[in-house]
Amino acid sequence: MRLPPIVGEWIDRTTPLAFEFAGKPYQGYAGDCITSALLANDQWILGRSFKYHRPRSVLSLANHDINTLVQWGDRPNVRADVTPLQAGMQLQPVNVWGSVSADLLGVLDWLSPFLPVGFYYKTFHGKLFPFWERVIRTITGLGRVDFTTPHIRTPKAYDFCDVLVIGGGIAGLQSALTCAEGGVDVLLVEENPHLGGSGLYDLAGDQANAELARDLVQRVKRHGNIRVLTDTVAIAYYADHWVPLLQKERIIKLRAKSVIVATGAYEQPAVFRNNDLPKVMLSSAAQRLIYRYAVSPAQQAVVLAGNQFAYRSALDLHHNGTVVEAIVDLRPTVPEDEATNRVRSLGIPIFTGHAIYEAIADLQTLCVKEVVLCPWREGAVDPRRAKRIRCDGVLMGVGYAPANNLLYQAGVSMRYVPQIEQYVPHVLPAGVFACGRVNGVYDPEEKRKDGDRAGEEALMYLGIKANATHIPISLPAVSPSHPYPITPHPKGKNFVDCDEDLQLKDYFNAVQEGFSSVELLKRYSTNGMGPSQGKHSNMNAIRILAHIHQRSIPEIGTTTARPLVQPVPLSHLAGRGFQPERHTALHRQHQQLSAQFTLMGDWLRPAYYAQEGKGQEQCIQEEVLAVRQGVGLIDVSSLGKIEILGSSAGQFLERVYTGKFANMKIGTVRYAVLLDKAGTVIDDGVVARLAEEHFYCTTTSSGAGNVYRELVRLNTMWRMDCTLVNATGARSAINIAGKQAVAVLRALTDMDLSPEAFPYLAVRQGLIAGVPAIAMRVGFVGEWGYEIHIPADYAEAVWQGLMEAGKALGIRAFGVEAQRVLRLEKGHIIVGQDTDGLTHPYQVGLQWAVKMDKPFFVGQRSLQIIQKQPQTQQLVGFTLSPDYTGTAPQECHLVIQDGEIAGRVTSIAYSPTLQQYIGLAFVSPHLAEIGQKLAIRLSDGVLVTATVSPTPFYDRENQAQQLCTPQPDLPKLSLTCQPTSPIPVPEQEINGMRITDISLEPKIGWKGQDSIPYLLNRGLTVPTQPNTWQALPTGGLLARLGLGEFLVCDAVLVETLQGMAVSEGRVYPVLRQDAGLQLKGDRLWEVLCQVCSLNWRSINFNARPLFLTTMAGVNVLVIPTPEAVKIWCDRSYGSYLYQTLVSVCHDLA
Amino acid sequence: MKLLTCPINGTRPISEFICGGELELELDPQACSDEEWAAQVFNRPHNTPCVKREWWCHVPSVTWFIVERDTGSDRIFKTYLYSDLVEGRV
Repeated sequence: MRLPPIVGEWIDRTTPLAFEFAGKPYQGYAGDCITSALLANDQWILGRSFKYHRPRSVLSLANHDINTLVQWGDRPNVRADVTPLQAGMQLQPVNVWGSVSADLLGVLDWLSPFLPVGFYYKTFHGKLFPFWERVIRTITGLGRVDFTTPHIRTPKAYDFCDVLVIGGGIAGLQSALTCAEGGVDVLLVEENPHLGGSGLYDLAGDQANAELARDLVQRVKRHGNIRVLTDTVAIAYYADHWVPLLQKERIIKLRAKSVIVATGAYEQPAVFRNNDLPKVMLSSAAQRLIYRYAVSPAQQAVVLAGNQFAYRSALDLHHNGTVVEAIVDLRPTVPEDEATNRVRSLGIPIFTGHAIYEAIADLQTLCVKEVVLCPWREGAVDPRRAKRIRCDGVLMGVGYAPANNLLYQAGVSMRYVPQIEQYVPHVLPAGVFACGRVNGVYDPEEKRKDGDRAGEEALMYLGIKANATHIPISLPAVSPSHPYPITPHPKGKNFVDCDEDLQLKDYFNAVQEGFSSVELLKRYSTNGMGPSQGKHSNMNAIRILAHIHQRSIPEIGTTTARPLVQPVPLSHLAGRGFQPERHTALHRQHQQLSAQFTLMGDWLRPAYYAQEGKGQEQCIQEEVLAVRQGVGLIDVSSLGKIEILGSSAGQFLERVYTGKFANMKIGTVRYAVLLDKAGTVIDDGVVARLAEEHFYCTTTSSGAGNVYRELVRLNTMWRMDCTLVNATGARSAINIAGKQAVAVLRALTDMDLSPEAFPYLAVRQGLIAGVPAIAMRVGFVGEWGYEIHIPADYAEAVWQGLMEAGKALGIRAFGVEAQRVLRLEKGHIIVGQDTDGLTHPYQVGLQWAVKMDKPFFVGQRSLQIIQKQPQTQQLVGFTLSPDYTGTAPQECHLVIQDGEIAGRVTSIAYSPTLQQYIGLAFVSPHLAEIGQKLAIRLSDGVLVTATVSPTPFYDRENQAQQLCTPQPDLPKLSLTCQPTSPIPVPEQEINGMRITDISLEPKIGWKGQDSIPYLLNRGLTVPTQPNTWQALPTGGLLARLGLGEFLVCDAVLVETLQGMAVSEGRVYPVLRQDAGLQLKGDRLWEVLCQVCSLNWRSINFNARPLFLTTMAGVNVLVIPTPEAVKIWCDRSYGSYLYQTLVSVCHDLA
Repeated sequence: MKLLTCPINGTRPISEFICGGELELELDPQACSDEEWAAQVFNRPHNTPCVKREWWCHVPSVTWFIVERDTGSDRIFKTYLYSDLVEGRV
């Protein structure tokens, strides 16, 4: 029944909302929650219980009413007690067969004596378990998942504040005000739609009692330093004040400098027979119903009291039209205070030393119609002196459990204070504070003072105040919690945990069966494991356990409160997933050639190029043959590329790699193997010497990031005269290979390609298709070939040039799959595939690349030890008979000898060149002889015979890559190459956000110790601080990245500087081919806080800062100005970052 | 999420960093015995919880620095550049 308007009610009576529940139409108001709207219509049965299908209704009206979950369309388990009512909602109760009022499975309630605790574990095991599991899952369980629900993209956002105050009750409000007065930035979060907490509903029937909270709310709302987020729950506490905030639509990842926890306390139910009947509720639930939703909890109520708050709630009922028939007080005497006196003066009978022994249901309404009282003393009842009182509502006001989940997660140690029967924080970690009920403080004025104290302490922690004013706080003289509000009954149904329908006797049984510690009890009985996670059952369970064991509460201990504090929709947890994807500069070219992409690490690479009417295998084999017979080209841009510069560059390489490099002639290339400390092969590549003090190294695609990082670390540690530049993203690489490679390349360059001028394992620099290139003669695929490294912006132009030039010769692009076959035909290993985390170079035939006569290299000392030991395994080549037609072995299939494992296959492929299966395998050394037969076991156990064969399988004398065959003469192509951007759209506007491609704005970088004098000599003002920038008179900017790297973005200056030779010492130009985006618009910061964890609100633009950070999972350079933000990232991530920002901008709507 | 302060780039969430292992006092590879070397590589003889010096790298900028961290409590005491350590500025 709806009450007449009440001051401060949350509902808006001018906006009625129509909705449906279980197919019946109802009407509520805007501001109602689903539960309050149903109760206002006298629909009290809201759901059925989990196990026994008992009718249930409101218990807390505070987000923990798990028996009133509803299904709202495709949304399961909507919490009716806190979900705002919306017009047109079509709601269904959950866990109901039939209707809520006549649930067919209510029969389970009658069977409950046969379903004791642990019943399912004990009964349904063994072979029939899957059958019973299905049956049980059908009858129990909650909402229904709709698998056709569309994917929802929920945004996430980062936010920051100085002080986070969790809880908008009196203590939280005051602590926020105190901090705000100190001048710090405060964020106050409150899970309800309105601030005020119990200060606005625990009124003892007198609206004057709401003044304190009302005044605080007004002051908080007006204060410029306080941001308020209502409908927001702090769901966890993680290290360094990292608190996720759950809202209706998203999770905010909040980073605070200090956290004040003012989360209050959960009111606890009393345990007595039928305490779960509809219209038996917590006293605070009744108060919330009245003052928030103007719904009458009952016409005639009985209040079960264990504290003085029950008396206050009785007064709230009395002043809002409910007749309070009696107060049944568990305590032997009632403390005399104002509430007691007023109750007495109203003539409400008080039964001290009594408990409700049983509540009795009306068979028609299924709600409570009568209670039975008995004299009660410390959990023991005397049913012979029972009395009956008719009523249509029971309020339970017996005590509280502190809402201290977040404090536990923050590492707070608690102590139990017997005076108030509650755990309170004992030792708090730095920067975490607690106040109000969670701190054991209950009186409104004391809570305000406690909030003030916590605020002062937070200010002191933040260094705003030198000394905190001492504010004495007093704990309540009368305990707000009763030590044992539990009443036994021979017929049971006295529920301790309504989530899981656990009765008092279940706890006694569990203990009797030996599950006597709190953690074991929880797991065996499932106490606290339902959707409300024990918020209404854990404290009583601990009290029961203490009672059984005759021990104190602290001796029993508590269970662990883990994140998350409240259930969170999976869509919110998933948020916007960031899965960075790298595209090479040739991505569009591959797409045009119908490439089938494969994800290798972050890289999307062509596995093969699909041909109309041909299968994958055929395409791959044709690509292999094209390279062997004519000419092919492959995009190898994902290879790591590192430039090593300086007078010690050669020595540095010798210390890093196993080979010798200091003596390399300029213009030559050498294979290089990288080991870790234990002598394990971790990477390989080639080293090219471009100049006396300039080396250019490649690494494997997967190792690129790690190798560069490790080399930088070694360089930091060894402090050699050496500078490292990561050119992986800035340079693209194309490998052109095949007998006619020379002819194709000759059409595009004036470089002398004759074998004398450009022999095998040489490196040359020159123009290819008009683009400055580094070209190396290498033979990974075993043909005459060039690996061409060019600035990534020009890669498309060079690729198109090569394709155009080779057209007449049938040039064909080949993918990673064909390359794997080609290199396998040559017996070349792939580190990470043909090696593992224990492989040393001697096991894979790389001894020739290891120079033990050097003074030092990483892994050398371990190899010295390994050399003395017998070898355990050897990588060998093997072949299957050319006429083998059965199932081919696969990688990782085992080599078996005498029933024992004697090795494993690391690579295998069908060689179209040799027309047979070839492969590599690790085998025991005694099986490594050429001609040895190996037995390889397939997945189905069949053994296949293979023969150990010498490698290379193809072109054993390595003629193909060194002997130049006569080349056709192709006409010279003269091309004018234009750079291309990785960003598909130059400029666009989405929801007021303008995204501009600035990738091709001219830019150049420098590294090296003498960069600063070099730039000063050019008349430039160099930023004095790391990570700052200067505007240039010509319109661009000069940025200092970290300590010693510089970047100039400026059309005029870049052109001038590029033309000038660098002659002064250790200054090394860095090729910059970054993808660049500019973001502009009113909602700029809103967009950025969804993709980047920097605190944009605290940026001091006057200092002209720049940030090297991550955005949407990608490393970026960000230069913010008040109007716009420029973002640069590795070119290969450009397309991904652009798409991500576009989708964030779209979702702003 | 934990925070870590890079001496150059400032305080950032731990996801921007990777740990490069303990800053070990290198054994002289040629002077030590095989057993001592193997122990250093595989057994990490000092791997008991205590305050240690570790290499950490701020990934977006590839800045390596040293972190003094209690590996028992995960408390961070100090961060500085390696050069500051060897040049006696710590």
